[in-house]
Formats: sequence, C-alpha cells, structure tokens
Amino acid sequence: MTTSSLLLLVADGRFPAGAHAHSGGLEAAVAAGRVTDLATLEAFLAGRLATAGLVGAAFAAAAHRAVTSGSAVRGSTLALLDAELDARTAAPALRTVSRRQGRALLRAGRAIWPEASFDDLPATPGGAHQPLVLGLLCAAAGLSRAETATVAVHGTVTGAASAAVRLLGLDPYRVQALLVGLAGRCDGIAAAAARAADDPPERPAAAAAPLADIHAEAHATWEVRLFAS
Amino acid sequence: MRPDTVAPEADRNPAPHDETVPHTHPEPGVDPHPPLAQAGRALRVGIGGPVGSGKTALVAALCRAFAGELRLGVVTNDIYTTEDADFLKRAGVLDPARIRAVETGCCPHTAIRDDIGANLDAVDELAEAVGPLDLVLIESGGDNLTATFSRGLVDRQIFVVDVAGGDKVPRKGGPGVTSADLLVINKTDLAPMVGADLAVMDRDARARRGDLPTVFLSIVGDPAAGRVADWIRHELAHHAALHPVAARGGPA
Repeated sequence: MTTSSLLLLVADGRFPAGAHAHSGGLEAAVAAGRVTDLATLEAFLAGRLATAGLVGAAFAAAAHRAVTSGSAVRGSTLALLDAELDARTAAPALRTVSRRQGRALLRAGRAIWPEASFDDLPATPGGAHQPLVLGLLCAAAGLSRAETATVAVHGTVTGAASAAVRLLGLDPYRVQALLVGLAGRCDGIAAAAARAADDPPERPAAAAAPLADIHAEAHATWEVRLFAS
Repeated sequence: MRPDTVAPEADRNPAPHDETVPHTHPEPGVDPHPPLAQAGRALRVGIGGPVGSGKTALVAALCRAFAGELRLGVVTNDIYTTEDADFLKRAGVLDPARIRAVETGCCPHTAIRDDIGANLDAVDELAEAVGPLDLVLIESGGDNLTATFSRGLVDRQIFVVDVAGGDKVPRKGGPGVTSADLLVINKTDLAPMVGADLAVMDRDARARRGDLPTVFLSIVGDPAAGRVADWIRHELAHHAALHPVAARGGPA
C-alpha cells in the first residue's frame, strides 16, 4: 500500500519539479500545424512514447538499477549513462532542457528525501540528465525499477497532453480518454524499458525523432513562446 | 462570516466585539511575520499583481532607487518568453547580468507558488554569476487577484493593483490584497480620469488588511517609488539586525 501511494505522488503532475513549464515538443508541433486535434495529438503522443518515452524510461530504470543493485561502481555507471543519454539526444536544445529538468527534480529530491544520497550523480556542467535523477529519486522513494519506468513514461505523455489542453483548447475529457486508450501502450513501453536496464549501459534503445529535434531547435529561438520547451 | 465578505462600512462603525466566536489575537510585542532568511543570503521580495498593474515599472523604479546602495538582483516570470526581463534590460536601470527570466508555461501562479524550483534556480544562478546579493526582487507574471508567492520562495511580498482596474479591487479582496506584506495601489495620477475614489480604496484596503501597510503610488510623480523603497529598506534593516552576516552592504 505504501508503495502505491508513493508511486502516485511521484507520478503526479503536481509534483514540484518544473514540468508545468514544458510541453514536450507539443508547442512547436502545434505551431507547425502538425497537431491540430485529438487524432493528430494521439499520433504525436504515440510517436513520443516510442522515442523519448522509451529512451527516457530505459535510462531512468538503468539509473535506478545502478543505485539499488549494491554495485561498488555506481558513480562511474551513472556517468556512463549520462554520456550515453547525451549521445542519444541529438538536439542541443533538448540536452539543455533535460539537464535543466534534472536540476529541478534534484532540488525536489534533496528537499523531500534529505537522507537519500544523490551524490553519485555525475558532476556534469548544467547537472545530470532528468531520467538519471528520476531513477535515483524513485529509488529514494522506495519504488521498484518497473514503477520507475512507469513514472518516466507517464510523464512523457501527460505533460504534452496537458499542454495540448492549454494550447488548443481541446476538450479535457476527450484528452483524458485518449490517455486512457494509450495506457496499455505506456505499460508495454515501461516494461520494455525496465528490461533494457539489465543490458550494458551502451545498449539501451536509441530511438529518436529527427523532426522533433529540428522543431526543438527552432522553438528555442522563438521570440514569443508559452512553454520553455 | 468570511473576512472578505465583511462590508467596508463595518470599519467605520465597528460592531461590538463578538466574543462568542472562537478567535485569537496576535500576541502584543511578538513579530507576527514568519522568520526571515538565514544568515548570508539576500532578502527575497516578491512583487505580484494583476496584468498591467505596473509591476515591471515598479521593479524599474526600485532599481533606480537602490542603484549604488544595494547589491541587487531581479528575477522576472513571464507568461510569454522574456518580455519583462527585456524591458528592464532596455530601460538601463540595472546591469543585464543581474536580471534573470523564468518561463512559466501558461502558469505564472504555479511558478511562484506551487512549483518554485525554476525561480529558486534563477536566484542561485544570479548569486553564482554576480556574487553575493543584498536584495533579490522576484516579479511574478501578470495574473489575477489570487496569485501569491510561496514562503519557500520569498521572505516578503508586495501586491500591486492599480486605480484604473477600478476602485472596487481592494473591496473584492483575495489573498494578494488581504495578506501581502505591502499593498501598493498604483497609478494614482490616473484616478481623476477613471473616476476612481482613492478614499474608498484606502478605506476598503484597511478593512481587508487590518494592520498590514498600504502605499499609494504614482511612478509618474515619484520615479524612484520612494515609500516602497523605504518599506524595503526597513525590512532589510530587520533582516540585517537578525542576520549580521548578511548586513555587509556595498554598491550594486
């Protein structure tokens, strides 16, 4: 029971880790006319699940594994994971966003679980990538590796869906129904990501969406935007 | 009766004190404010209020007031990108290195109240970039009468409303008007043009705010916002008296 409540708390969009300021690439896709309604939103979210969702969850699960497996080399494993995730994030703007979100999540983690150790995270300039911090935070909360992957996948779709409600004025009930329809796929991606954590750090998925990378770079240069990414 | 449904007339003809309702009084001689910042860090003052009430102009005025007096930093929260930060940089009232902008994803109130990490990051980055600060002003994005700052982000907060928004705004109350440490009623120079009665606003503000201070301001007539600057100086002195390490001054 305790673990279930903690899972809900960590996955809640109200968890104070700065997610509200990000659209997960949706604002740029809306401006490009690629997401205009529920059907195109569903296609966008499905694409996001298969790329950023899978990769982020795999690295969150791998970071969770690194700090819960009793390994003596967890610092170097996390540093390697950070570098591998950097290599899988082609757009410099998205690397910056991921590290910024990692810092926000780390601030929350240190404040909420002051006894937990986050000191194994690499001292990368700008901070560690968000999925790594998420893996350690979920470990601090006592969540399992599978739950950690579920939290990561959940955040990938709910953030963008919430941004769609705000940007396009879509019916919030229909958007929620769409997320319900995607739940099975989310669970499948999370399970695959949790399994991938057993692979060596250089093996996890490298799925990417070049158009999303290009949109992210353009978005970062906009003079007027509602979301930070 | 909820505090914000008390008719302003009650202030002019106070009813006999109703002792049947459970209530408490502040202990005389005890500071009702929450504890101030720990030693060695800047006093953080939030400036909030509705869209167009003059928050950015007040920040610019305070930059003028404290130039050469305090080590100052400013964090802005915009609904759209970095508009307010850009305005302050163009105004030339403060070194651009001392201004940071936070983007809020359509949720200006969330960034100052529910999820304050980006603002705390900005405050940390300012100190890293320009060294120790005496005072950080954190301007919220223009929002509505319910937007207030988290005590986890600021030590004191100022709520800015303007006479052109209607002289009924103080009577409407809301957490900003009722609980801000200082209420600024701005653009008093416009009062005759919009038919706003400053006496009504003053009376309603007193009814809503009890002993908390209210300042009437026209930046046209007072480009350095003298009374607001004096209030901040008073709060800073309080801060410095409690935390001598933070007291060392020096020009910005």
